[in-house]
Amino acid sequence: MLSKLDRALFFQEQALTLRAARQQVLAGNIANADTPHYKARDFVFATALQRALSNRGSEAVRLATTSPRHLAGSGDVAPTAMLYRQPGQASADGNTVEMDVERSQLAENSIFYEAGLTFLSGQLRTLSSALQGQ
Amino acid sequence: MSIFATFHVAGSALSAQSLRLNAVASNLANVDSVVAANGKPYRAKQVVFAATPMGNGAAQGVRVQQVVEDSSPGRLVYDPRNPAADERGYVTMPNVNVVEEMTNMISAARSYQTNAEVMNTAKQLLLKTLALGQ
Repeated sequence: MLSKLDRALFFQEQALTLRAARQQVLAGNIANADTPHYKARDFVFATALQRALSNRGSEAVRLATTSPRHLAGSGDVAPTAMLYRQPGQASADGNTVEMDVERSQLAENSIFYEAGLTFLSGQLRTLSSALQGQ
Repeated sequence: MSIFATFHVAGSALSAQSLRLNAVASNLANVDSVVAANGKPYRAKQVVFAATPMGNGAAQGVRVQQVVEDSSPGRLVYDPRNPAADERGYVTMPNVNVVEEMTNMISAARSYQTNAEVMNTAKQLLLKTLALGQ
């Protein structure tokens, strides 16, 4: 029963986790808008989500253990390959952060995060109405 | 939870930008300080930013690596009655470039504003996440 609930919410959970990670990366880009030689980074959300969904359980990275009393570790690895953003107009100090691009990406990411929350709360409502059976 | 790390990233940028604003204020206040604490004319101070890893993901915050003194020569002003004048009657003034400092100030204020907005967005998303399932 619990694993079924987990499976029902798994997709949205992964999507939200990745959206939160992307929010952090974009915030890092905006924070470093004035840092010389900083290169703006981002990842492709669709690829990252596919990888997160296919890695489920079995393929997660585990720590090598030599004793049954060792901890296995959570196997939490970087969600996806981090890429560098191609600048339209690179600045003279080697910084590739373009504020308009980062701001629009941040706004887009926030909207998708909220959309994910809406879907998740809809699913929760559906599940709880099924559980109550009234 | 990686949305919390967004606060750390944006917060690091806030403190870095406010330090830059402090340096600008110090430079503008001392634009006519012929004698600084070390007995020589005041030298303009500039902050150097560097990206620093933050949180468990790939996000990078920003920190002030060092505060450097501008090494460009000071302005020479002809004022023979000034006690700090040399034998030819010239006084060495600080090497503060007021125009540069003003643009620096505007840039720091705008970056501060943007990072505060990033923080605000993260806060709204977190609050909505807390309201999930209600």
